[in-house]
Amino acid sequence: MAEAAAVPGGPLPHARESAVRRLLGNPRVVLGGAVLLFFALAAVFAPLLAPHDPVEQDLMLQYIPPAWSDRAEPGYLFGTDNLGRDILSRLLYGAQIALFVAVAAAAAAGLLGTVLGLLAGYLGGWVDAVISRLVEVWMAFPAVLLSIVLVAVMGTGLHSVIIAIAVIDWTRFCRVVRAETMAQKQQDYVASAVTVGLGRMHILWREILPNVLPLLIVLFTLEMGIAVIVEAILSYVNLSLASDFPTWGTMIADGRKYVNQAPWLMILPILCVIALVLALNALGDGLKDALDPVMRK
Amino acid sequence: MTAPQITPGTPPDGPILSVRNLHLAIAGRRRRTPILRNVSLDIAPGEVHGLVGESGAGKTMIGKVILGIQPSRAVVTGGSVRFGGRDITHLPERERRRLMGRGLGLIPQDPMTSLNPAGRIGGQIADVLRLHLGMDRAAARARALELLNDVHIREPERVLRRYPHELSGGMRQRVLIAIAFACRPKLIVADEPTTALDVTVQRQVLALIKEMQAQDGASILFVTHDLGVVAKTCDRVTVLHGGRVLEAGDTRAIVEAPQHDYTKALMAATPRHDRPGDLLQPVPEALTARLNEEALAYDAGPDTTSASHA
Repeated sequence: MAEAAAVPGGPLPHARESAVRRLLGNPRVVLGGAVLLFFALAAVFAPLLAPHDPVEQDLMLQYIPPAWSDRAEPGYLFGTDNLGRDILSRLLYGAQIALFVAVAAAAAAGLLGTVLGLLAGYLGGWVDAVISRLVEVWMAFPAVLLSIVLVAVMGTGLHSVIIAIAVIDWTRFCRVVRAETMAQKQQDYVASAVTVGLGRMHILWREILPNVLPLLIVLFTLEMGIAVIVEAILSYVNLSLASDFPTWGTMIADGRKYVNQAPWLMILPILCVIALVLALNALGDGLKDALDPVMRK
Repeated sequence: MTAPQITPGTPPDGPILSVRNLHLAIAGRRRRTPILRNVSLDIAPGEVHGLVGESGAGKTMIGKVILGIQPSRAVVTGGSVRFGGRDITHLPERERRRLMGRGLGLIPQDPMTSLNPAGRIGGQIADVLRLHLGMDRAAARARALELLNDVHIREPERVLRRYPHELSGGMRQRVLIAIAFACRPKLIVADEPTTALDVTVQRQVLALIKEMQAQDGASILFVTHDLGVVAKTCDRVTVLHGGRVLEAGDTRAIVEAPQHDYTKALMAATPRHDRPGDLLQPVPEALTARLNEEALAYDAGPDTTSASHA
């Protein structure tokens, strides 16, 4: 047994470190992540950062232009709106709502879609047939219309917006997760798990799910971007929170009426939506590229 | 027909595995394509049994049928697989699962893809121990450490925490061998366990499998295309071509005096360290053609086949 005693060893490569390095080496991940972090910090610390109460009205201070204008007032960096409310404070609190909705809605859609996608992809047969047909029927509905109907039925409010997004967008997760599960199911490690007697549910949740996880991270990030837009649309048409509450969509809708006198009322929240959604999309795409070699391993 | 009479011969104390007249076909859209034709083989407790044949001979499929992991389109059309006296040809999933790992094990062909890329080595070994032996987390970890020691992995504590992609192919195969032996199954199917490895590592892994087998006493069905490996590793051997058993018997007898033309041709095609100067001969095409014809004739009907299949 001399040969068996001669142990192969050698240095163990540190592939996990290189995965982190690959993430940090991707400009889209870094840039998107930085912008997202900026908005996240703004949202979390909104109560500390906001110079004014976001809903406090002061009719003496209407239409103050942003700081870069000559008629600006000190203490109102982005100016005030038609009711004299501080735009910066409203944007900060708006970020809170936008990100909360984005995370909650993406999580809910992801949970529903992932569970159904895993079951469809792994079990196949009639389970797959039923879930896949459901997805196809679901995707035939126009998303925006469906969300408006859902919110109209459930009543306005944040929870309705979150539920509406989850109920509509779970199909995105479901389709992708199903396909990936089917691919993973063919891998040798699944056959090995079968040959040591592990049960089907153990294999699905403990063996396959961790391998689908990188994909879920990417989908989750992209879904957050979609949720930000849907929330803005719904609050633009006044189906989200009560209108005095500062969501970006409400601010855009309000600002539209005064776009001739005070264009910044509309432009600033639009810029926020664009920046956040672009950041999330860039981050999602970057993660997809950076995680791909890991997923294919 | 020239096919010789094949008598697998019952080993002294009753076989642990007994494959009898196994027929298997791949179900196509219109017809079934036969893959295994009347295959019989017996493995005694503690025996290392070689299953030799070229690509497409059906040797891997036999291993899969024994383990119950054949593709769903592969249909057993006749015969039986008995394990420990019990017919396991068509076992319900629940009972099959109870058998896997504890009764039957697998050393897979490709160590690079057979470990879960998203799980630590320690966890993957511990999962099996906890499942079958009901160990708690700590006991399973301790046993996993012992197993890694048994398969001669250096710094086992560190390797327990590693992910598969951080290990070399040889180390991964050692881990898979550890997993295969973890719950002391009675029979392990080793499906070309060294084919995907570096030549230098092949010998070490082969020696390791023999060493583990000697300690543990498990039987091994050793699937390979390499008669040289069989000569070094196996007690008995079955030669397969076109899904048919051509010759079976003690390894020494077959290596020293092969009876069937195909076995002789395989011997001539195998590098031998005891005769380093010999030129290797490819298996003659005429022989392959004749064997394929025999297989087709066998499929055509019982009246045209030789007595050995009756």
